[in-house]
Amino acid sequence: MADSGSQSPAIRLTDIVKSFGPVLANRGASLEVARGEIHALVGENGAGKSTLMRVLSGMYVAESGRMEVNARDVTGWSTADAIDAGVGMVHQHFMLVPTLTVAENVMLGRELTKGGQLDRARAEREVAELSRTTGLAVRPERKVADLSVGEAQRVEILKTLYRGAKILILDEPTAVLSPPEIEELWQVLGQMRDRGETIVLITHKLDEVMAISDTITVMRHGRTVGRLRTSDTTPSEIAKAMVGRDVQLAMNYVSEETSSGPSVSAHSSAVESLLAVRDLVVTNVRRLTAVDHVTFAIAAGEILGIAGVEGNGQTELLEALAGLRPIRNGSIHISRRDVTNLSVKERGDAGLSHIPEDRHARGLILEYSVAENLILGQQHRFTRGIQLDRDRVLDNARKQIDAFDVRPADPQLPARALSGGNQQKIVIAREMGREFQVLLAAQPTRGVDVGAIEFIHAQLRAARSAGKAILLVSADLAEILALSDRIAVMYGGKLVATVPRVDASAEVLGPYMTGAATGHAA
Amino acid sequence: MILFAFLAQTLRIAIPYLFAASGGVISERAGLIGLGLEGYMLSGAFCGAVASYYSGSAWIGLLGAMAGGVAMALLYAVTAIRFRGDQVVVGIAINLLVIGLTRFFLRLAFHSSSNSPRVPGFGAENSGTGFVALASNPLIWLGIITVAVMGWLLYRTPFGLRVRATGEHPAAAISVGIRVDRIRYLAAALSGMLASLGGAYLAFDQHQFSAEMTAGRGFIALAATIFGRWDPLRAALACLLFAAADTLQIQLQGTQLIPSQFVEMIPYALTIIALAGVVGRAVPPAALGKVAE
Repeated sequence: MADSGSQSPAIRLTDIVKSFGPVLANRGASLEVARGEIHALVGENGAGKSTLMRVLSGMYVAESGRMEVNARDVTGWSTADAIDAGVGMVHQHFMLVPTLTVAENVMLGRELTKGGQLDRARAEREVAELSRTTGLAVRPERKVADLSVGEAQRVEILKTLYRGAKILILDEPTAVLSPPEIEELWQVLGQMRDRGETIVLITHKLDEVMAISDTITVMRHGRTVGRLRTSDTTPSEIAKAMVGRDVQLAMNYVSEETSSGPSVSAHSSAVESLLAVRDLVVTNVRRLTAVDHVTFAIAAGEILGIAGVEGNGQTELLEALAGLRPIRNGSIHISRRDVTNLSVKERGDAGLSHIPEDRHARGLILEYSVAENLILGQQHRFTRGIQLDRDRVLDNARKQIDAFDVRPADPQLPARALSGGNQQKIVIAREMGREFQVLLAAQPTRGVDVGAIEFIHAQLRAARSAGKAILLVSADLAEILALSDRIAVMYGGKLVATVPRVDASAEVLGPYMTGAATGHAA
Repeated sequence: MILFAFLAQTLRIAIPYLFAASGGVISERAGLIGLGLEGYMLSGAFCGAVASYYSGSAWIGLLGAMAGGVAMALLYAVTAIRFRGDQVVVGIAINLLVIGLTRFFLRLAFHSSSNSPRVPGFGAENSGTGFVALASNPLIWLGIITVAVMGWLLYRTPFGLRVRATGEHPAAAISVGIRVDRIRYLAAALSGMLASLGGAYLAFDQHQFSAEMTAGRGFIALAATIFGRWDPLRAALACLLFAAADTLQIQLQGTQLIPSQFVEMIPYALTIIALAGVVGRAVPPAALGKVAE
C-alpha cells in the first residue's frame, strides 16, 4: 500500500458533478484509492459522500467528471457493469428483500439454475461455504426478515463478495451495530485488505477512521477538501477539515464533564423526580416479556443514560413511556402526575417530549414538508379556527430551521429531500424547541455527522442545565458516557446495573452489557 | 348427483376467476396493483369474439383475446411506470376506457349496442353443465394448468424470484442490476394475457360477446388475489370458494330459504374479513402501487 504510486489506483474519480433537481450533491468531487487499502471517506451529512459512492457503483450517472476503475475509463456505467467489474456497495439502508431467504438474496440477479429452475440447494451450499471462508456467520436458509441488523449486514457483505467484489464500498456500516459486532466487522475488513481487496468506508465517526483506515478523503459541501494519511493525522485535524472550523469532540467532553458534572447528580436524591417509572412490564410484538419489572426515576436536571446492546428491551421501554405501546404492569409518573393511562397527546401536554429511535418509522413523515414535520403532534397549536394557520406554521419553521441549523434552509422542501442528519435535526427541533419537562432521547445522533452530534449534545446539555429530566438511550457507549449523570445497563429486559457517571467506564459496563455480570452495582 | 352437478357448475364459474386471479397475483407480486383486471378481461372477451368471428376459429380467437388483454395491460403499465401515474387512478380509468371502447367497436363492427352475432367458441352452445361438456372445453384444462404453472414460475424460476424482489424492495433489485421496469412490464403483459383468457372463456362459452359481459368478475378475481394472500394456489382456492358461493346463490334463487343477495355478498364479505386479519394477516407486497427508483 505504501508504494502504490507505482501501480494504477483501484479507483480514481475526477471532478464528479451530480445534482438532484436544484440541489448540487457533488460539485467537483474527486477520490483516489490505492489497491489493497482501507480508505475512509468522511464528511458531514449532506457533504455528498453517499452520492459520490452511488455514482461509483453505477446507481447514479454523474453529469460530468471522469471515473476510472483499475485504470479503465468507466464513466457513466450501470450497476450491472459495476458488479461485473467487481465493485460492490453495502448501502446504509440495507438492499435486502425481507421476504426472501439469505441464499435467495445473495443470488438475486445472478441466479443459479438447473434446467431453468432456481437451484436453491446449490445457492445455500455456496453461501454457507463463502460464510465459512470469510468468517461472516449467516444461516443461508433463514428469511432475512428474521435476522438482526448485524446479521443482515453480514448478508449484504456476502452478497457483494458472492458477485466477486474486489472493491467494497460500505456506507456507514457501524451505525446499526453493537460494539462486539463492530469489532467483528473490523476483523473481516482487515482480512479482506490482507487479501488485496480495496475498501472504501463512508463514515463520520472519527474513532473508526483512526482505528481502521489507511488513508482518508474529506468532503465538504459536495467537494473534496482534503486527502490525509491516517498515521499522519489526528481526529481534531480531520474534524476541522470536515466542518471547516474547530470543533469540540465528544471525547473531550468526558473530562470536562467529570470535573464539573457531578454537582447536579450528587443532589439528585434530594431533587424532585420528574420521571418516575415503577415496576414496568411491557411485552413485544411476539407477546414475550421485553421489559421485565423495571423501576427508575430521573430528577430535574439529570440525564439517565441507558446502555446496552440493541434488542434488550430499550425499544419497548421507550415506546411504553411514550404511550405507543400498552403496558402489562407498573406505573409511569411525569412531574408527580400519573400518566400511565394517558394517550400520546395527553402525555405531550403533561410535558413529555420524545425523540424516537427510528426517524423514518416514527419521527417524520417523509412526504411532508419540513414545516409540516416541525409541527407534527402539535398541529392543534397552529390553528386559526378549524384550519391550519399557514403563516404561523411557516414562521415556526423558519425559526426552528434557523435555531437548529437545518440545511437546506427551505421549509417547503419535503423531508425526504434532506440528508439523514438534517432530518434528525427536524425531529430534535420539534421535540426540544417547545415546552417540556421530560425528554426521551433514543439514538439521538444515529447516522448523524460530527458537527450535528456536537450540536445535538450541546442541546441535551442545555436542557439538563434548564432543569429538564432526560432519558438517553444510545447504542453508542461513548455517547452515553459523554452525556449521562447516571448510567443504567439494560440486558434481557432488566436494568442489571445502575452506576453514577464517575464510576462508569467501558470496562465496568461491558460485562453487564453482554450479560456476563448481573445484579445491581452501586 | 346433485353434489356432482354442484361441483361441475362451480368449476365452470371458477375458470374465469382462475385466469384473472393468476394475472392478479403476478401483477401484484411485481408491485403493480391489479385494478385493471376487469378491463383486461372485457378487452379479451371482445377481441376474442371479433377474431373468432372473422377467422372462423376459436383458437385464432384466443390469440386475438390475448392481444386485446396485453394491449390494455401495457397501456396501464406504461402510464403507471413510464409516466408515474397513480396506479389506482390509472387502473380505474382502464376499466372505464375498455367499457367505452368495446361498446364503440361493437357498434362499428356488428351494428349492435348490446351483443355480437354468434361466434365460434368451445363446446356446443347451451351444452349444459354435464361433465362431457365441461371436459371438452380446452380452456377449463388450460385454467387448471395455469395455476400450477404460475406457482412454478413465481417460486421456482429466476424470473419469479425477480418478480418477488421487485414487488417487495425494488431498490434492492435495482442495486443488483435487475431492470425493475422491464420485470414490471413483463408481469403486466402476463397479467393482461391471463385475464384476457378469462374474458375469452366467457365469450366462447356463450358463443357471443355482449356489452359489459364480465360484470365485475375482474374485481372478484382481485378479491381472490388478496384473499389468497398473493399466492397462486391459495388465490385459486379462493376462486373456487367464490365460485361455490355463486353456484349456491344460483341454486338458492328458486327457493325462498335465504335471500340470494346475501349469498351474492359472500365473496366480498370474505375479502373484507380476510383484510381485517381474521384469517391470518394479509400482508401485501411492500412496494405494491409504488414507483420504483
